[in-house]
Amino acid sequence: MSIAQEGGPPKVALIYDPKVRSIAYQVVLVAIILFLAYSAVRNAADNLARAKIASGFGFWNQTAGFDISQTLIEYSAQGGTYGRAFWVGLLNTLLVAAIGIVLATIVGFMVGIARLSRNWLIGRLAGGYVELIRNVPLLLQLLFWYNAVLKALPDLRDSWTVFGNVYLNNRGFFAPYPIFGEGIGLVAAAFVLGVAGAIAFRIWARRRQERTGEQAPVGLVALALIVGLPLIAFFIAGMPATLEYPEKGRFNIRGGLEILPEFVALLIGLVLYTGAFIAEVVRAGIMAVSKGQTEAAGALGLRAGQTLKLVVIPQAMRVIIPPLTNQYLNLTKNSSLAVFVGYPDLVQIFTGTVLNQTGQAVEVVMITMAVYLTISLVTSMAMNWYNARIALVER
Amino acid sequence: MAIATHDSRIVGKERFVRATPVAELPAPVAMTGVIGWVRASLFAGPLNTILTVLTVLLLIWLVPPIIDFLFVHAVWTGADREACLPTAEHPEVGACWAFVRDRFSYFIYGSYPIPERWRVDIFFAMLAVGIFWLLWLEAPRHDLGALYFFVVVPIVSYILLTGWPLIGLRAVDTSLWGGVLVTIVVSWVGIVFSLPIGILLALGRRSNMPAVKLFSVIFIEFVRGVPLITVLFMASVMLPLFVPDAYSPDKLLRALIGIAMFASAYMAEVVRAGLQAIPKGQYEGAMAVGLGYWQMMYLIVLPQALKITIPNIVNTYIGLFKDTTLVVIVGIFDFLRTVEVSRIDPKWAAPTTSATGYVFAAIFYFIFCYGMSRYAKSVEARLGKADRR
Amino acid sequence: MKRAVTTLALAAAVAFAASAASAQSLNAIKSRGILNCGANGTLGGFGLPDAQGNWTGLDVDFCRALAAAIFNDPAKVKFVALTAKDRFTALQSGDVDVLARNTTWTSSRDTSLGLNFTAVNYYDGQGFLVRKALKVNSALELNDAAVCVQQGTTTELNLADYFRANKMKLKTVTFASADEAIKAYDSGRCDAFTTDASGLYAERLRLAKSDDHIVLPEIISKEPLGPSVRHGDDQWFDIVKWTHYAMLTAEELGVTKANVDEQMKSANPDVKRLLGTEGNYGEQLGLTKDWAYRIVKHVGNYGEVFEKNVGQGSPLKIARGVNALWTKGGLQYAPPIR
Repeated sequence: MSIAQEGGPPKVALIYDPKVRSIAYQVVLVAIILFLAYSAVRNAADNLARAKIASGFGFWNQTAGFDISQTLIEYSAQGGTYGRAFWVGLLNTLLVAAIGIVLATIVGFMVGIARLSRNWLIGRLAGGYVELIRNVPLLLQLLFWYNAVLKALPDLRDSWTVFGNVYLNNRGFFAPYPIFGEGIGLVAAAFVLGVAGAIAFRIWARRRQERTGEQAPVGLVALALIVGLPLIAFFIAGMPATLEYPEKGRFNIRGGLEILPEFVALLIGLVLYTGAFIAEVVRAGIMAVSKGQTEAAGALGLRAGQTLKLVVIPQAMRVIIPPLTNQYLNLTKNSSLAVFVGYPDLVQIFTGTVLNQTGQAVEVVMITMAVYLTISLVTSMAMNWYNARIALVER
Repeated sequence: MAIATHDSRIVGKERFVRATPVAELPAPVAMTGVIGWVRASLFAGPLNTILTVLTVLLLIWLVPPIIDFLFVHAVWTGADREACLPTAEHPEVGACWAFVRDRFSYFIYGSYPIPERWRVDIFFAMLAVGIFWLLWLEAPRHDLGALYFFVVVPIVSYILLTGWPLIGLRAVDTSLWGGVLVTIVVSWVGIVFSLPIGILLALGRRSNMPAVKLFSVIFIEFVRGVPLITVLFMASVMLPLFVPDAYSPDKLLRALIGIAMFASAYMAEVVRAGLQAIPKGQYEGAMAVGLGYWQMMYLIVLPQALKITIPNIVNTYIGLFKDTTLVVIVGIFDFLRTVEVSRIDPKWAAPTTSATGYVFAAIFYFIFCYGMSRYAKSVEARLGKADRR
Repeated sequence: MKRAVTTLALAAAVAFAASAASAQSLNAIKSRGILNCGANGTLGGFGLPDAQGNWTGLDVDFCRALAAAIFNDPAKVKFVALTAKDRFTALQSGDVDVLARNTTWTSSRDTSLGLNFTAVNYYDGQGFLVRKALKVNSALELNDAAVCVQQGTTTELNLADYFRANKMKLKTVTFASADEAIKAYDSGRCDAFTTDASGLYAERLRLAKSDDHIVLPEIISKEPLGPSVRHGDDQWFDIVKWTHYAMLTAEELGVTKANVDEQMKSANPDVKRLLGTEGNYGEQLGLTKDWAYRIVKHVGNYGEVFEKNVGQGSPLKIARGVNALWTKGGLQYAPPIR
């Protein structure tokens, strides 16, 4: 052992110096990772070259040649490229995720609050729903729903219909869909204006309430601005829209708005599944708000609904937001199970058909992973920002 | 009034104040007992009453048909689809349990050779012993239990299931494995590997060595940011390209690697939460008595951290157990897949076959997952009690 | 630290392996003692395991023939069930030595996917399965129909082409596996189900009421199905190719599983060359002289295999049609062995 020097730390052998050790560990780790990465890349290059598999992203602009059952942007088998198919799939994923998130939030909040209800029956029912859904795999639920949706809906011949314009059958849901003509820009502008006006009014109302304690009917005014303004603009522009009606053909219904049964099954499955998890998050959040808050609100004369809306939920949100974000991301990632029910999402189109037609596994899987990673990172950043905004300001 | 009281006290004659308490009256009938409970929890207020009535109606609408389907109209015996087809006498056919009975051994073992199935049974038994040993908190020698579960069982069952011709066990290719066997193997491998790897990653993420930390963070966030399906795709499609030809892993093994990676990342976050909950004093105390990093972790921090994370670890396993259903995407016959294949079999093509298969699968998963979640809850309650002491 | 050591060992192993030169397929298979064959796991008549894991089918018997030629034992095959989606990667990555999974030979697959098609062991074409109740007699009446199709197949592309060429509208519903596609068709999601005609006959048997469905007469594409191997190993390519030709030649010469032992004494020079009693054609391939004898003895000639798996001896009852020998008006034609 070395002799301690005056004023300095005891001198130790180099091998026992924590700093040296730490650096050594890291150098070893980095070396190993670099080495593994290098050999993986070299092996892949070797394997690909030996098998003469094309690599690179040249396939992006090649003609795809296959059909997709739901396209939000224009796409056709002869005109569309693999790149275009990618965008179609991505948009379909985002569509189901966005609608799913909204609906799952509604279901989750309703069930979560219902679980805490003083009504025994409702509490139990909500609890049973949560336990049942959470303990059965999502894939099984999706298969069940797809099967159930197809089974419950009638054949084309016996479609359920309203006024001969709206159809529901095992090919999907069909309804008239507006086609906009010239002048629709005015309506869009009015809509933007309405939204901006509503936000401005809310800020003003808030300030006034803080100053004077007077409340303003924010909801009504906002509704009038957001719906009313575009409506007025619509009439001023001379009603630049025509409805496209679905038409029944020999085999199928064409035109208008079309919602695929695959989409519905996927949506039901995702919403009910994620809703059960959100319900638990909401329940935990509400329970984290101390009972004194509710009692104080009661003492001030707030009704139960107001207490929930004005006192409990705003405080519970602080606890709810982080796990809620996780659930939103889970829903988005779980939408990749679309491949099992035939809904053309990103995974089904891109890692399914495109990978198979081009054979370029590495590129395709990498792109798909990058997309989901980006969605995850962007969502968590947005949520972090929101979280920081509503966090308790300690004085 | 105040004056009167005052006066009475002075005078001491006219007493307005009772000297003995009044005997307690029983609470109004309507507020206690069954009636009180019903009033308070079912008919408190008009809105509540309406909700109760609606719920009851919903239950009346839902429950009897389900019972009819599962039991009353169900078909319990039969050799093929004929038994489950609606006939003139039985126009309504419920669940076709005969189908489940016929396919039961396929659901459990897949295509595992029939004469060798005792090996699978032994595997299940060994696993059950290990799980019981570890989960029963009063069981003796948890350290031996862990050794058994994490070292002995994997080695023995690997030999048992894949076979070792030298000692007279016929080799059984993994492509023949299926059903519950695969579901259990996949989830168990996920468990066995994800805990140690997850702990290392969690320690790495909290480490003060930047390279280690960076690596851990990237791995965890990358895996958690993508769907399991794409991880499985990567393991099944890209992994073989990354290793030399001769070392290309078996199809099942690839899925196992994917699952283990995925579960490790999630486990790392669970363990990290546990590590964060340990007060700094524990770390400092350990360092003060001269323990090195690994000793400190092994002797002081991890035992405490893991104990409080048991409920979350179990919850992660529930998720993992459900996620094993996704291995079908890389062509592996897990339990759900065997149900899917069987329900398409024309031998059993009947109107209720699919629903029966799904109900059976749901019951299977529910029993396992619900059991685990109950266990997690009970441990949580016990830990809570210990902390309150 | 323990982790570091393990990782280091692993890395070393990987590096070592990477430096080893890639072995020739035949040697690798011989030293492994078993042939890895990529097959369809769900298509009756071509590749389907039963509940005990016993495989049957035309493609399966082709792999058995290969194993017989190499090992003199048709059981030395490990079948790997591959979906349409993962079949090419399985071959590319070396999981399987040969891909015999009713795979259509196309120029792009032959060139850019890094595989070589060896021969055509079944001439097929894409067709449609519809409900009789629709009263459709021709695929040309399917304008506007919803069609269920399996993902990752040439079928998916042909379908779009055919409808476009005939100026018909189409709604495709794509599924990851044939199982899901046929089930969706059965539950009324689609008006028609499309795949190779041979597959239609096999899948029709799996419908709840198979008699309510008919296969339309139109064949809308050429689907030459055949086994394929990886680029870059000509010897192995030759072996796979000539295994098919040997089976064809045996049928052409009337050499069957039953009479192959008698035929060993045949004076016909073609038979002698085939069975190896004259010349050393098997050795030129890298196999033994009696390679074709082994194939026929253990598995049978092409005609026998065809009838047993998809023809009159099977539930599919597909006629030989274009798959008859060239001498009988079909397309199956083997170059001479000499």
